[in-house]
Amino acid sequence: MNAAVDRKKPRLATTSLAGCFGCHTSLLDIDERLFDLVERVDFDRSPLTDTKQCASCDIGLVEGGLCNAENILVLHEFRRNCKLLVALGACAINGGLPAQRNHLDLGQCLQEVYLTGPGIVGGQIPNDPELPLPLDKVRPIHEVVRVDYFIPGCPPSGDAIWKFLTDLLDGRTPRLGYPLLHFD
Amino acid sequence: MRQPNILFDGLPLPFADGQTIMEAATAAGIFIPHLCHHPDFKPQGSCKLCTVKANGRHVSACTMPAKDGMEVENNSPDLNDKRRTMLQMLFVEGNHFCPSCEKSGNCMLQALAYELEMLTPHFPHFYPDRPVDASHPQVLLDFNRCILCELCVRASRDVDDKNVFALSGRGIRKHLIVNAESGRLADTSFSLGDKAAHVCPVGVIIEKGRGFALPIGRRRYDIQPIGMELERAARCRGSGEAI
Amino acid sequence: MDCDPRSLLETVVTEGCFEAMGLAALLQPVVDRHRRDPRQLLQILRAAQEVLGYLPAVALTAIADAVDLPRARVEGVAGFYSFLHLTPVGRYRVLFSDNITDRMLGSGELLDRLCNKLWIERGKVSEDGLVSVDTTSCTGMGDQGPALLVNGRPMTRMSAERIDWISELIRGQAALDDWPREFFVVDDNIQRRDALLTTRWPAGEALRTALARGRSAMLAEMQRANLRGRGGAGFTTHIKWESARRATTRGERATRYVVCNADEGEPGTFKDRVLLASYADLVFDGMTIAGFTIGAEQGLLYLRGEYAWLLPALDENLVRRRRDGLLGGQICGQADLSFDIEIHVGAGAYVCGEETALLESLEGKRGVPRIRPPFPVHAGYLGQPTVVNNVETLCKAALIALRGGDWFAGLGTKQSTGTKLLSISGDVERPGVYEYPFGVSVSQVLSDCGADNAQAVQVGGPSGACLAMHEFMRRIAFEDVPTAGAFMVFGAQRDMFEVARNFSHFFAHESCGFCTPCRVGTSLVANCMDKIANGHGSQYEINEIFRIHRLLHAASHCGLGQSACNPLLDTLTKFRPAYERRLRSLDFEPAFDLDQALAGARQMTGRDDPAAHFGQPARMPGGER
Ligand SMILES: Cc1cc2nc3c(=O)[nH]c(=O)nc-3n(C[C@H](O)[C@H](O)[C@H](O)COP(=O)(O)O)c2cc1C
Ligand code: SF4
Ligand code: SF4
Ligand code: SF4
Ligand code: FES
Repeated sequence: MNAAVDRKKPRLATTSLAGCFGCHTSLLDIDERLFDLVERVDFDRSPLTDTKQCASCDIGLVEGGLCNAENILVLHEFRRNCKLLVALGACAINGGLPAQRNHLDLGQCLQEVYLTGPGIVGGQIPNDPELPLPLDKVRPIHEVVRVDYFIPGCPPSGDAIWKFLTDLLDGRTPRLGYPLLHFD
Repeated sequence: MRQPNILFDGLPLPFADGQTIMEAATAAGIFIPHLCHHPDFKPQGSCKLCTVKANGRHVSACTMPAKDGMEVENNSPDLNDKRRTMLQMLFVEGNHFCPSCEKSGNCMLQALAYELEMLTPHFPHFYPDRPVDASHPQVLLDFNRCILCELCVRASRDVDDKNVFALSGRGIRKHLIVNAESGRLADTSFSLGDKAAHVCPVGVIIEKGRGFALPIGRRRYDIQPIGMELERAARCRGSGEAI
Repeated sequence: MDCDPRSLLETVVTEGCFEAMGLAALLQPVVDRHRRDPRQLLQILRAAQEVLGYLPAVALTAIADAVDLPRARVEGVAGFYSFLHLTPVGRYRVLFSDNITDRMLGSGELLDRLCNKLWIERGKVSEDGLVSVDTTSCTGMGDQGPALLVNGRPMTRMSAERIDWISELIRGQAALDDWPREFFVVDDNIQRRDALLTTRWPAGEALRTALARGRSAMLAEMQRANLRGRGGAGFTTHIKWESARRATTRGERATRYVVCNADEGEPGTFKDRVLLASYADLVFDGMTIAGFTIGAEQGLLYLRGEYAWLLPALDENLVRRRRDGLLGGQICGQADLSFDIEIHVGAGAYVCGEETALLESLEGKRGVPRIRPPFPVHAGYLGQPTVVNNVETLCKAALIALRGGDWFAGLGTKQSTGTKLLSISGDVERPGVYEYPFGVSVSQVLSDCGADNAQAVQVGGPSGACLAMHEFMRRIAFEDVPTAGAFMVFGAQRDMFEVARNFSHFFAHESCGFCTPCRVGTSLVANCMDKIANGHGSQYEINEIFRIHRLLHAASHCGLGQSACNPLLDTLTKFRPAYERRLRSLDFEPAFDLDQALAGARQMTGRDDPAAHFGQPARMPGGER
């Protein structure tokens, strides 16, 4: 492999925070175009590569919103390392399904789940420092870091993701026109 | 006598006396983004999505009477940017989770967001706490998605003659209420046959038990963008085709 | 009903529940007094609340039935106004005026002090239902603050000693009438008199002169005087009068109306208060002259809820005028001339100063500005031609009747004739009302009122302009610095960011919520300012404020939204360092406090390890904020 050419290949990292991996599945949905993609980018940290730490990257795709402290740490890691940060899918963009807990009080939630819910005897709210603490509300990622691009959809279609990435890689301003732009 | 014209995005557009800018444009098959406007009801002028520039001043197209020689700017980057910002405000003001909303695909707010290429709600969310009202046997009220357009208010008052809906509160705490001491829809005279049951442009007034009858992806604005509907209808009218 | 309402109330209210029969008995005199007229709805709701303490759901139902309106509409009106309460409030309801000038005089600390003394949380009713303490928008006492309202009655010049005393009085459940009288003293504080405030004519003199002149001649005098409205917009008064006179009336109750705008809601403005308190005859003369000139038979004065304490004296005055033949039928003995005046009281909504919102409120509705056109001169109160004028404008009209248009036009500047009352407050030695001929320079005013270290003046209130030192040679006039009358001075020691933040909250609180940009935008902006104040701001917020300003300025439905960001824009351009020294970074900061977002979970799990925190090292156990 030619190292000089290789260095020019943009690096792509992806992660799923408070999401359902649906957006990642959609990324795989670009089918045989995946081969083109692998030709054109190198994957860094991603569930697809199992790399756990993000190195300096060109593009970071973030699926899912923020529901706990760890989500925020990972998001910060992505923001630090990625030149362009992309919110991928509804949950990253407005909190999505997990954010529908936002009208409930976190304390009451925890209490009910671990202490007072049906069938619970002698329960305890886990306090292991290894476990990330939940946030009082689930938040979209743009409320915590600057986000450069957004790909809406639940999940965004493979076509939408492909269009976005190829626009970006070809040096065009990414644009999802109708009908690729979808919120559902 | 010469028919009066407005100059609409540089093109002459005839109008009849008494027509608003919105009515003149609609008659000519030109789409001006709107949410609180509905041709069957008295203009309201509150959502401000239809903001255009008339002779250099920002006005609401749905309430401003057309005047001969008036120069109207509608489809400009600046105005569309303002409209996009207002859509973003509406999205963060309520709780809009389209994937779990029955109205998705048939929703004007969403369709306008597509039309104006709104990719993100941008602002910090208010995440208001707005309990749903499931008391009525036929209809569910999910206030989380209310954009306060008052179409249901106008329909119930002016067409159904029932006054089921009204607004209370003010500022960011303004909200929709129903006509019952209990605050429950079941205790009002509302029924599914009301005009008010069918005017909500978003997913607040939802008929129970219908669910996702038509699958997502095959709905009104999945098939055709909101701005195109009108233009195609006008083209068909012009050429005498069936729509 | 000859039963004492107080004892009846006690039998009707049991543990917060109202017994329906008794309730009807309590409400009947209220609705009857207002002829069960739906247009009197706001007045009925105010009166019902006087009797019941607040407006419980059953009462709204009963009122709706009585005036034959849909219940939801009654609830919608009740829910609009700050001074109407749908949930119980304290028997003593203390509202601190929250204008920046009150704050500069220490109102925030006094509020905390009172809350501590009474063991209550701000904004919550004490458990025994005795007292609640909160803030309200400017009560129009900027010259004698810190001010507050207790059960609607104004108290001025609050101090720590007075607050302690008040707390004792409340705990001792002393009747308001037994509180020290000096607490309730409101002074006029007139510091400079010119053409208007030196007037000492007997009641009706101006009116008689106008009648002697005749309609057309009076209008001609108004034209020569070139009087422009003193309420803010500066519209030429004779054109307004002429249009209303020519406009056609409609329907059976075909008549024209004169409305006096005494809403004086712009924070820092209190000159109309002084005119209503000490020059009421001039105000009523002005209204009657307007009525005579345009052919109106009814006048309405819309008095802001904060000034309800002025009502008894104003009502007495009206009775006197009727007795003296200055109101009612056959005014001044002219058989064909009838005109009367009715006073409506608002209920805590700044937007009702906007003339079309005011008309809606007069009609008993939510105070939402109307679509224009049509303008009030063509279709105003009840759809009839209506002149809406500010209190001071009407006084000036009376003055013109007395002294003639040419005399008036000789005062002030060519484009801004006559004099202007300024309400001066803030960092000055002699706060109060000052009357100047138009054209006076800001620096002249500053030296007259004793402001030697001013760094800024907010002219015209939050929706006006903030002038920095280099602009002090500018002149008060429509063609230079226009103003509705507020003149708030900020000394060098003041933080102009906090001034702007106070104003941003004012607009968010007062937005009527009708149109999208103002309803959401004013709240977004207030949140941005809080974020910056809490040390979490960045350049991003500043850019957001500019962006929202451009939208609000262009797309808002009325003047409130259009000018809501003016004070921020002014301070951002003229006092940028006040913002910048608070910014945490130049790039971006989270929309919320990350560490605080974990507080709930920390409390539930009892954790305080480093991973349970953001941004700062773990604190000592139990060190939760
Ligand atoms: C938000 C808003 C609040 C206003 N408040 C007042 C007020 O308190 N008093 C007043 O006289 N005019 C107020 N105005 C101006 C009125 O709309 C109107 O222009 C004025 O009463 C006309 O009277 P004038 O011509 O005598 O000035 C306000 C306008 C706006 C947009
Ligand atoms: S109402 Fe419209 S925008 Fe809101 S959640 Fe439903 S589909 Fe989405
Ligand atoms: S329920 Fe629907 S129609 Fe009624 S105000 Fe809300 S968005 Fe408009
Ligand atoms: S600008 Fe504000 S106050 Fe005026 S109509 Fe709109 S929401 Fe109401
Ligand atoms: S459509 Fe015109 S303001 Fe809503």
